[in-house]
Amino acid sequence: MTLKRAAAITGIGEMKPTRSPDGKSTLGIWTDVARQAVLNAGLSIGDIDGLLIGQPITEQAQMWPSILGEYLGIHPKYGNIVDLGGASAAGMVWRAAAAIDSGIANAVLCVTGEASDVETFYAPRARRSAQQLPYREFEVPYGPMGVNSGYALIAARHMHEYGTTSRQLAKIAVDQRTNACANPDALFYGKPLTVDDVLASPLVVDPLHLLEIVRPCTGGAALIVVSPELARESRNPPVWLLGAGESSRGMMLSQMDSITTSPITEAAPKAFAMAGVAHNDMDLISVYDCYTITVLVTLEDAGFCAKGKGGPFAEEHDFTWRGDMPLNTHGGQLSFGQPGLAGGMSHVTEAVRQLQGRAGERQVKDCEVAFVNGNGGIMSEQVSLVLAVE
Amino acid sequence: MSDAATQYAKPLPEPSAVSAPFWEGLKAGELRLQRCTACSRYVFYPRSVCPHCLSDQLEWQTASGRGRVYSYTIVRRAMNPAFAQEVPYIFAIVELEEGPRVTTNLINCSPEEARVDMLVKAAYDSVTSEMALLKFEPE
Repeated sequence: MTLKRAAAITGIGEMKPTRSPDGKSTLGIWTDVARQAVLNAGLSIGDIDGLLIGQPITEQAQMWPSILGEYLGIHPKYGNIVDLGGASAAGMVWRAAAAIDSGIANAVLCVTGEASDVETFYAPRARRSAQQLPYREFEVPYGPMGVNSGYALIAARHMHEYGTTSRQLAKIAVDQRTNACANPDALFYGKPLTVDDVLASPLVVDPLHLLEIVRPCTGGAALIVVSPELARESRNPPVWLLGAGESSRGMMLSQMDSITTSPITEAAPKAFAMAGVAHNDMDLISVYDCYTITVLVTLEDAGFCAKGKGGPFAEEHDFTWRGDMPLNTHGGQLSFGQPGLAGGMSHVTEAVRQLQGRAGERQVKDCEVAFVNGNGGIMSEQVSLVLAVE
Repeated sequence: MSDAATQYAKPLPEPSAVSAPFWEGLKAGELRLQRCTACSRYVFYPRSVCPHCLSDQLEWQTASGRGRVYSYTIVRRAMNPAFAQEVPYIFAIVELEEGPRVTTNLINCSPEEARVDMLVKAAYDSVTSEMALLKFEPE
């Protein structure tokens, strides 16, 4: 079973992230980015017969596919919420391809986004009904700082096991900020950083500094995934799915065999094998970056460097759009912003832009193949994709 | 609400039928772990089945209360306002001598003292008259 070239992305829509909702609703944002994506793909709304939506983090509801479908005038033959946290967007791409490959759908609209800000994101939520979950019973009483403290535990352990340094982690944030300074849509556009700036920013959860932590904000993104038949008629160069792999583990770090190694070790090899490509074929790496440590562990576990060598690897390579190893050329979520699950989708939309040759000032030269990784929870849900133009 | 409950504003565990012996143990100053009678591995958090072999034959045993710090972080900003007075505090994972790891706080330990692999022992923190939390302190 393969999904290689079973479907292609032919349209994207994305909202420029903003610090606060400014009167926008989540449903309104979804509508805007969905409309953009349908128009960008050159389709009409009647062509869309599949609908995948990411669960908003701050706005829980049921029946989202029917709510958005009704609003947009879509009558889905295939609809789902994809609940893989930050990996949801990457997870949608292969789910859409699988639905298309099975004949269930021809054109699937994938939507993420959220009207949120730092205050809303960190506000305590009423989760009374969830009190009986193990996480509520065995972690929350000890005062975790959301998932920040979880990634801090990973970083501290990684430093202990492999000698990784804060300076090496900061380099990732700095290169991504350089990329954001070539992306006018990025939340931190026009604000260059140095390693010393990162290290001088306040420690929030040791060893992670403020500038190593993603900023929740408002925004949204959508993708159109279509059948090979529709792809060949597309007005945009189709971005083909060459390979996909997914692997998840539980929610609590205390339950994981190792917190410094993630299920990317299973997801990425599957994606590379399905695609029939090697790491050095990649012209772009576009991987989830809620924290600097996330990128470092992803590079190791996806096999771009040996386990434990992510620190020296970050020092040796230039991750900017003009560097030897372009990575998160939109700035990554650390510099682009994290509008809920649309943060995860930004890694897909950026890959599409780069592969289609429409990334503007930050265009990577001869960009033909990209590696994308989505990450959910605390390095729990992992989805790896290989995307390519002809 | 009792006085103790109103004074303690942080989230409290709500023990289930399965987990009650664990929390009762802490109240009695004892760390109790489940052990699978089929594969003889220790299990934490408490479950109705063993996550290693799916056996439903789990028995409670008293653990040593000794372990070492697997990882830790110093929380310098509280997400839940109820923890605001505690910052900076140490949020940690401790690996018990018996094998399982637990999420916890290190207490009687300054942020500067904390180390990965540091040897620690259980400290039973009676946060209300009804509930003790499992914390750890340096050996």
